[in-house]
Amino acid sequence: MRTILIRRGLYMRLSELAQGSDAVVQEVENVTEGDPIARRLRDYGFVRGEPVRLVGRGPIGADPLLVQIGFTRFALRRAEAARVIVEKSA
Amino acid sequence: MSEAVASLRLALVGNPNCGKTALFNQLTGGHQKVANYAGVTIERKEGRFRGPSGRQFQLLDLPGAYSLEAASPDEVITRDVCLGHFPGESAPDVIVCVADATNLRLHLRFVLEVRRLGRPMVLALNMMDAARRRGIVIDVGKLEAALDIPVIETVAVRRGGAAELVARLDGDPPALARASDSGDLHADVRAMIADAVRMPRRTAEIDDAIDRVVLHPVLGLGLLALIMFLIFQAVFSWAAPLMDGIDAGIGALGGWVGSGLASMPLLQSLVVDGIFAGVGGVLVFLPQILILFLFILALEESGYLPRAAFLLDRLMFKAGLTGRSFIPLLSSFACAIPGIMATRSIQDPRDRLTTILIAPLMTCSARLPVYALLIAAFIPARTVAGVFNLQGIVLFTLYAAGIVSALAVAWVVKLVRRDKSEHALLMELPSYRLPHPRDIAIGLWERAMIFLRRVGGIILSLTVILWFLSTFPGAPAGATEPAINYSFAGQLGHGLHALFAPIGFNWQICIALVPGLAAREVAVSSLATVYALSGDGDGLQAIVASQWSMATAFSLLAWYVFAPMCLSTLATVRRETNSWRQVWIMAGYLFALAYLASLLTYQITRMLAP
Ligand SMILES: Nc1nc2c(ncn2[C@@H]2O[C@H](COP(=O)(O)OP(=O)(O)OP(=O)(O)O)[C@@H](O)[C@H]2O)c(=O)[nH]1
Ligand SMILES: [Mg+2]
Repeated sequence: MRTILIRRGLYMRLSELAQGSDAVVQEVENVTEGDPIARRLRDYGFVRGEPVRLVGRGPIGADPLLVQIGFTRFALRRAEAARVIVEKSA
Repeated sequence: MSEAVASLRLALVGNPNCGKTALFNQLTGGHQKVANYAGVTIERKEGRFRGPSGRQFQLLDLPGAYSLEAASPDEVITRDVCLGHFPGESAPDVIVCVADATNLRLHLRFVLEVRRLGRPMVLALNMMDAARRRGIVIDVGKLEAALDIPVIETVAVRRGGAAELVARLDGDPPALARASDSGDLHADVRAMIADAVRMPRRTAEIDDAIDRVVLHPVLGLGLLALIMFLIFQAVFSWAAPLMDGIDAGIGALGGWVGSGLASMPLLQSLVVDGIFAGVGGVLVFLPQILILFLFILALEESGYLPRAAFLLDRLMFKAGLTGRSFIPLLSSFACAIPGIMATRSIQDPRDRLTTILIAPLMTCSARLPVYALLIAAFIPARTVAGVFNLQGIVLFTLYAAGIVSALAVAWVVKLVRRDKSEHALLMELPSYRLPHPRDIAIGLWERAMIFLRRVGGIILSLTVILWFLSTFPGAPAGATEPAINYSFAGQLGHGLHALFAPIGFNWQICIALVPGLAAREVAVSSLATVYALSGDGDGLQAIVASQWSMATAFSLLAWYVFAPMCLSTLATVRRETNSWRQVWIMAGYLFALAYLASLLTYQITRMLAP
């Protein structure tokens, strides 16, 4: 279901968001069983309905990403950000 | 009346970087480390204070945590203390939750999680000064009603900024917190913020503006390189006049005391050759150490360090590390021991171990005297390209050599482990803060005291011991060589010489290496003592410049890039990793690298500059 939506371009991964653009979190995927990184992301506030913005990117290989969630900025590696499924805001 | 019965046990709990330690210092008058990044406090610290009514409080400062489901060793401590699982300690009487008023979306979630424990609890709404500056309006009454616990505004960094909190704690003890959440903590937080908080902007405008430059792919990296380079330039060019002053003062004092003791030659030798030459030789490096710390302290408080970690993460990741290793490694420039302890904030145990292994390759401030001595003796104080001090450039290169080797070692560790799994970064970038000159002055004062205590304690003792070992037994009648050659230390130095001759160390250096195991600066004081006893009247720098070959000096510099000889670092590694194996691996690889690097440096320099 989710992959279908991603393919249709409704949803995308946070790691694919263009720099400076806003989106709304849909969910955080577990990559492994009980994924500790996904759990931490949820603690940070990456939960359904939360607005996010991709503020910037690291200088080497555009990694890590600088992400604004809530009132806080986090540095996330691409692989970490890819766990977050977002819906791009208009 | 027994005080133990009367004293109330409080614990400061909250997200990282919300100001718990600042509050702890404010309340107890303590001087624990406060800095502007997540993960400064990594241990449970205890202090006491008295309320206005005379009541005793026992206060615990704890590491910050994002959740009670701990993800790193420092968070485990906080969780265990909160749950009353910490060995030998029951749960605190009152939990003082601390939240950053400018960061409530994140921090209130943790407050709600802690509230679920159902312990007596109050909330300190900290950084109210910053919140007001940003035009954030918080309706404390509404928040209090929604949370159902007392909420008190604080400004931990302002004198008297916690008076209201103390007054509240001194009153009736707060009731047990009731967990009245809906099950979805995030939804509850959103509702509370919508109801009680008005925020003109989600972030501080100034932070966004600074980040546009500091985190810019090109400008940001350029700025980082510039800052690092400036530090090393400053260490050499600013310190010189101060060092000359100290040097002259010690020389004059030594001469004066020495002439007063002329009737007692042995005591005169102990005082002049041992104490003044040895300890004085280390003392002159105080200005350089303080300049280094001036920069470190200012950077720590500014909020720049996590940005540097952001810029370097990819590079460090390729080498098998994480951007999170950056701050522990930077602390290791002061001393590897706090650096190794700071790795507790690294979540991934493999990343943590690699960081511990390479931390000693960051040039600690105890090595600065050795570098500074040899650079001043062998590198001319020339200006290059109009602005750069050549000695500063060489110093920078030595530090860089340590960093490059550290990355190489980490990379080898990664290869050996054949590790392909994912390592986490997940790092918060704090708001920028202007460092308070007063706090920096206090930090420098403390640093100076630590250094002077070291000089007056271990360095002085080792120097005196070395003087004895280098003076006795005295030369036999009719001896032709300087007396030190017949002493215990002389014999030891000559014995070790066989091992170190291929890398160009003379027997005086070999003697100095042994007490250098306990404190690296002692290598310098030992050299000073050994040469003073060998009858050379000049200052150590002049002796070294005239008697050592350039190859020997460079070889010793290369040795100290790796400098495997620090017993307290090894003891810290034992404690932090709980394994002797890691200690042996570390000591072994450092010794091998030091020997190899010195061998290459010595042989190559000899070929190029015979
Ligand atoms: N403006 C302002 N800054 C504050 C206040 N309290 C703390 N700070 C700053 O916030 C930063 C973090 O303070 P710390 O006391 O180290 O925070 P902590 O909660 O102990 O952090 P960890 O030990 O990492 O969990 C430092 O830069 C402090 O100077 C405050 O009330 N107002
Ligand atoms: Mg702290």
